[in-house]
Amino acid sequence: MNASLWLLPALPAGAGGLLLLLRRAGAPVAIAVATLTLALAVHAAVTRPVVNARLFFPGGLPDGTGAGLAVDGLSAVMVVTVAAAGLAVLVFAAGETRGARFHGLMLIFVAAMLVTVTAQDLVLLLMGWEVMGAMSYALIGYQWRDPARVRSGALAFLTTRTGDLGLYVAAGAAMAGGSLALRELPALAWRDLAAAGIVVAALGKSAQLPFSFWLSRAMAGPSPVSALLHSATMVAAGAYLLLRVQPLLAATGWAASVVVWAGALTALTLGAVAVAQRDLKQLLAASTCAQIGFMVAAAGVPAVAGGVAQLVAHAAVKSLLFLAAGVWLAVLGTEDLVGLGGAGRRDRLVGVAFGVGAVALAGVPPLSLWVTKDTILAAVRTPGLYAVLVVAGLIAAAYSARALAAVWRAGPGREGVREVTGWERAPLPVLALVAAGAGAVALPGVFQAWGRLVGEPRAVAPAWGELAMSGGAAVAVAAVTVVATAAARPRRVIGFLAGWLYLERAAVGLVVRPVLALAGALARFDDRVLDAAVNGVPRLGLALARVVRAPFETGLDGVVRAVAAATARLGALARRPQTGQVHRYFAQAAVVLTVLAVALVLLR
Amino acid sequence: MLSIVIFLPLAAAALLALPGLGARTVVRIWIAATAADLALVAALWAGYGGGTAYETRLRWIPSARAGYHVGVDGLSLPLIAMTALLFLLCAVCSLRQTHRVRGYAALFLFLQTVCLGLFSALDLLLFFVFFDLAIVGMYFVIVGWGHGDRARSALKFFLYTFLGSLALLLGFIGLYLAAEPHTFDMADLIANPPRAGAAVLLAVGIGFAVKTPVVPVHTWLPPAHTDAPAAGSAILAGVLLKMGTYGFARIAVPMLPEQWRAYAWAAIVIGVVSVLYGALVALAQENLKRLIAYTSVNHMGYVILALGAAGLDGGRAARELAVSGAVTQMVSHGLVTGALFLIAGVLWDRARNYGLGEYGGLAGRAPVLTGLTAVAAFASMGLPALSGFIAEFQIFTGVIGAGAVVAGALSLLGILITAGLLLRMIHRVFLGGPGELTGRVSDVRPYELAAIAPLLALSLVIGIAPRWLLDVIEPAARALVTLAGR
Repeated sequence: MNASLWLLPALPAGAGGLLLLLRRAGAPVAIAVATLTLALAVHAAVTRPVVNARLFFPGGLPDGTGAGLAVDGLSAVMVVTVAAAGLAVLVFAAGETRGARFHGLMLIFVAAMLVTVTAQDLVLLLMGWEVMGAMSYALIGYQWRDPARVRSGALAFLTTRTGDLGLYVAAGAAMAGGSLALRELPALAWRDLAAAGIVVAALGKSAQLPFSFWLSRAMAGPSPVSALLHSATMVAAGAYLLLRVQPLLAATGWAASVVVWAGALTALTLGAVAVAQRDLKQLLAASTCAQIGFMVAAAGVPAVAGGVAQLVAHAAVKSLLFLAAGVWLAVLGTEDLVGLGGAGRRDRLVGVAFGVGAVALAGVPPLSLWVTKDTILAAVRTPGLYAVLVVAGLIAAAYSARALAAVWRAGPGREGVREVTGWERAPLPVLALVAAGAGAVALPGVFQAWGRLVGEPRAVAPAWGELAMSGGAAVAVAAVTVVATAAARPRRVIGFLAGWLYLERAAVGLVVRPVLALAGALARFDDRVLDAAVNGVPRLGLALARVVRAPFETGLDGVVRAVAAATARLGALARRPQTGQVHRYFAQAAVVLTVLAVALVLLR
Repeated sequence: MLSIVIFLPLAAAALLALPGLGARTVVRIWIAATAADLALVAALWAGYGGGTAYETRLRWIPSARAGYHVGVDGLSLPLIAMTALLFLLCAVCSLRQTHRVRGYAALFLFLQTVCLGLFSALDLLLFFVFFDLAIVGMYFVIVGWGHGDRARSALKFFLYTFLGSLALLLGFIGLYLAAEPHTFDMADLIANPPRAGAAVLLAVGIGFAVKTPVVPVHTWLPPAHTDAPAAGSAILAGVLLKMGTYGFARIAVPMLPEQWRAYAWAAIVIGVVSVLYGALVALAQENLKRLIAYTSVNHMGYVILALGAAGLDGGRAARELAVSGAVTQMVSHGLVTGALFLIAGVLWDRARNYGLGEYGGLAGRAPVLTGLTAVAAFASMGLPALSGFIAEFQIFTGVIGAGAVVAGALSLLGILITAGLLLRMIHRVFLGGPGELTGRVSDVRPYELAAIAPLLALSLVIGIAPRWLLDVIEPAARALVTLAGR
């Protein structure tokens, strides 16, 4: 049944929408829907359905394909990962006390990611992509009474949307070629523009340099949000997209190198940022940027099979770590690395689960990220890049060891606010199991099948020697870190790194403030110049009218009045002799006759 | 049939003149008439089979070859439907109106006839009559039922747009004189485009640009919106602004194709400037209604940009996509901005203030209103799964695909700035701690919900499953691109 593929995103989206409207029974509905969604995802992964549907008229290819949803090998891995992480996190969230709004938003968040990873064309991809961003806004700012959290949500949304604009540009470039289908991108005439747009969008979503700062602010959201946002959704979307369009990146000739270096440098610098953090969630957030950096680099190398393996393993590891951190934040009320001393010993299940996650994150054998990271390294052919990635891997060992040591060392044993609930504990062992064992896909023999599944049939598994070297180095670095945690470091470097390279400060100072200033200036211009000019027109008209009235109208009127007055005066003059007295008429007649007589005499 | 749709509201307005009707009865008649009209429009939609349909041609001024010629096509039908819906919901929203209800209802019914007539008109003179009557009607709405400095705002609105309509009349006369034989009939003018000069395009362009409005002739809009009653603002933004953009698509592009292609760059520049300028100025506003008004300038800028792209010589599919996006944007903007103004009306009803800084934390006292605003804001910033995205995605990809890469990329910044300013508005009014007037705001009443929710529900439907709408618009967009390319 191909059409049932629509159900995969529609079920969580519809249920989420209903929860937002009805505002009740959030947790049970969410768990039931997430379970069903996981079943649908597994079904889709097995049956590989394709639904072709055009949203706009040129949408796909002339034969009607290329637009709509489809599950191929890569998507199959993604839908199962997304649905499983979603279920784990929602089960955990059932143990907290949050309203139906929270569960509804989480379900829509998952649905959006499911659309993103199954879209065949840029429109549907962009739809899932942006809805995911909006949901991250709503979830990060879930506690809306706190202005700082709301601002963090807005910052995350606006930063990722800045990158998203690249996808619009890419869609425009694809449109010039007549089709929005993802698989047609490498053949486009404007593929350079398309690739540039997609790379920017992916770097923004995946919190790679220079966009990394939004992920730090995203920590303002509740812990389950972080657990989902850092594992299988949001940041994973960027890595997924790059892995998906790897042929396009390769076709351009330059985009692959850009992606490789953006990922590698992020892995290196954000790893260092993670080491410098004092707050557990901030440490984990920076480590997410760094770990996603490996996947981003994998898209360019190319090491698609390794990148996808890394994505899956990291999703399990990171959701596990954030859920454990969430437990401590809720129960102990702190996420400060110093304050968490002894936290790992309070509740053995949570402590051990976190331990498994941290050891996996460190790249210690035989856990998952040790193998998956090396599958990416095995495909790297440039020595410089290889070195950067190896160092980035060792830094991962350092920050993981730091986190592990912080929660497992003997501490004061703070008084808990409440007990850890059963729902909160339930997903941890499962996630720990996956976090530990997901590396199995990269075992020689299995890896070729994995490569065929995700569309890279000639994937090369790492050699045993490489694996042993990197595992040994990771163990060594971790051990040194645990021993030397208290060693003093130069404060200035720490400040720079602890402050996430001051990226947010730079973004606010270089972009946000100037834009706000420009907006204010334009608003004043609008009022005081444009509108004043418009208001000036009638004022000018009135002034003109006054001018017309004063000299002209009054002047014309004056002439008329003067004529009238003169006439009146003449009339008055003419009236004066007419007194009605006969003797005067006689006198007047006599005068006139005399004058006439004189005139006659004189003129003749 | 179409003429019944057009004049039914006017007949209802005449009915309101009967003596002895109570306020409640007046509003009920008003709602019934607009609902019946909407039902008729739905029937028109159901029976629409493509091309120009439901045509009526009657003699009117035969000496000038002007007639009563009406009809609908894929360009006008969506706008007619949106108009009928918006007028119905404005009637619903005015259920509690007590101040001179009879005149208010009659005026809105009159405006409805005028707006429906304009979108159906296939004769320039008829179009012009409706164009001017709409200005008159809205003037009385603002001056009679507005608030604040309403007399001044209404006068500014009237004089400014009336001046624009005079330029338009000049342009129409130019079209008439340039046509061989002289005619005002739009169908004839489109079939045989007159060989008119750039001056005619300039006159027509100024007329429609003022109405749209685009930068720099937009300054009548903010005061008119601020001082108009909520329903008046909704109609002004939702329907009256579309007269400008619709005029471009219906008259300027197909009747002056050569000139339009020659000056497409001007439309693109004006569009991009309106997009960015409108968004930036909106970002700096402290008054909710002024903020929404400036986002209208931004949104209409996209339409002008897309119509400009129709005059480029890039890929045909891309140009069709841009035009389809422009029409979708007109519908989407009507729904979403209509909803935003009705929401602003709720705030005014409760606390008599539009200041963003006066509120805060409304999500606690008015969760439903907050939810409605959030959906409207996300629709307005072009978030997928809502109608704004369907419109703007088509516009952006169409404009970039047609070759205007820089213009498209610049205008993309518009959706980023609108996202920022709408999130800021939500934050300041609805989230965070309480403000001075927060205590006076109660949640939406049932009739307010009944007026606002359908607009957003329709936006959601268009955002998720737009084919039913695009199937009507796309053939018209294709035809318009063909006409522009002659």
